[in-house]
Amino acid sequence: MQDDHNHDHDHDHDHDATEAPSEIELRVKALESLLVEKGLVDPEALDELVDTYEHQVGPQNGAHVVAKAWVDLNFREHLLASPGSAIASLGYSGRQGEHIRVLKNTDSVHNLVVCTLCSCYPWPLLGLPPQWYKSAPYRARAVSEPRKVLEEFGTQLGTDVSIQVWDSTSEMRYLVLPQRPVNTDHLSEGALQQLVTRNSMIGVETLKPFSDTND
Amino acid sequence: MNGGHDLGGMHGLGAVNPESETDEPVFHHSWERRVFALTLATGFLGRWNLDQSRHARERQHPIDYLRNTYYENWLAGLQTLLVDSGLLTEAELQSGSCGKGFPDQEIVLTKKEVKAKLQEGKSVELPVAEPPQFVIGQEVIVVNRHPIGHTRAPRYTRGRRGTVIHQHGGHIFPDDHAMGDRTGQHLYTIRFDAGELWGEDNAGNEQVYVDLWESYLTSDGAKQ
Repeated sequence: MQDDHNHDHDHDHDHDATEAPSEIELRVKALESLLVEKGLVDPEALDELVDTYEHQVGPQNGAHVVAKAWVDLNFREHLLASPGSAIASLGYSGRQGEHIRVLKNTDSVHNLVVCTLCSCYPWPLLGLPPQWYKSAPYRARAVSEPRKVLEEFGTQLGTDVSIQVWDSTSEMRYLVLPQRPVNTDHLSEGALQQLVTRNSMIGVETLKPFSDTND
Repeated sequence: MNGGHDLGGMHGLGAVNPESETDEPVFHHSWERRVFALTLATGFLGRWNLDQSRHARERQHPIDYLRNTYYENWLAGLQTLLVDSGLLTEAELQSGSCGKGFPDQEIVLTKKEVKAKLQEGKSVELPVAEPPQFVIGQEVIVVNRHPIGHTRAPRYTRGRRGTVIHQHGGHIFPDDHAMGDRTGQHLYTIRFDAGELWGEDNAGNEQVYVDLWESYLTSDGAKQ
């Protein structure tokens, strides 16, 4: 099963001299060489693709959108009414984010996003999905027992809170707008942005009340 | 198709066990980076579309699909697409060495183009001449159909009653798109009560929202 492979993280130190390359590593290298030799891929473009999603596009983009929606009411209204154009106004657009809807959490409604059929995820705002989002247990259970899944993320919600699960079966991509944490009235947009977690924008957690001591 | 990928509601898969957000790397192994990049870069050759690429992963034996890691499934899908489209032969894949035939002149993604191409994305909106058949607030039933090809109506929704809560206009219809045809259909978001999907004993204060195309839905037998 997919998550059983989680144990052997090498956290990706490119060339670990003490370890022979795995079978799959060799297989992928062979495929890449073949495609380069055939003139079907440019190795520099491959490096650029990796660099884009490893170092440039990530949840900081979504956090920017969320923090701005907390402090700027006009932007918030724009974001909820025409998410695509509001998000594009901050410079975020493109692949796997062509059609976006924003889901607003309230005291009585909590939104949670999943893709039961594959791994659809708003790349321009959150980067590539974490392993658990793509795993069989999350895809199977987020729709059928969302409260139990949330508990596995340490998130307990009262039964008075309605959980709305969004299964990303089309090219619509969903971003959760989490509630602004308590005790943050004095914080700037930039400081707020630091408090927005990726998980809160997928909907598996809520944001804890702010205190100067929680680092 | 009722494949190993259609996971909503499956039992026995265990806990989610998420890695901590602050510790998890984007890629866990070097080869995953390359599979990711090879898949995107070859996608830009224009020989297949997103639904064909999803279908290539789904067509694996369900045991393989579930046993594989995520990027192993991407690799399996990519190999299928390369062979199906004639860009590589099975023999070349197996041996890892180039045969005699080279593909026709392909327009290959270059480093300089990467940013712009990613930023541009690809809209799947496709206007439909006919007005939408269903209106917001209407009850609909998901047709109990089990196509052997690619489809985006999850098994757990089929035969279930839901309510239209959003009309998205015409979007490319994935079942046809996976066969290489570009047709448009109205897309809707349908809200289902958890009890309707999973039985009243298993449900609380929860709703599931699923994006479904017009031909997946019917008003026959639904409340008027």
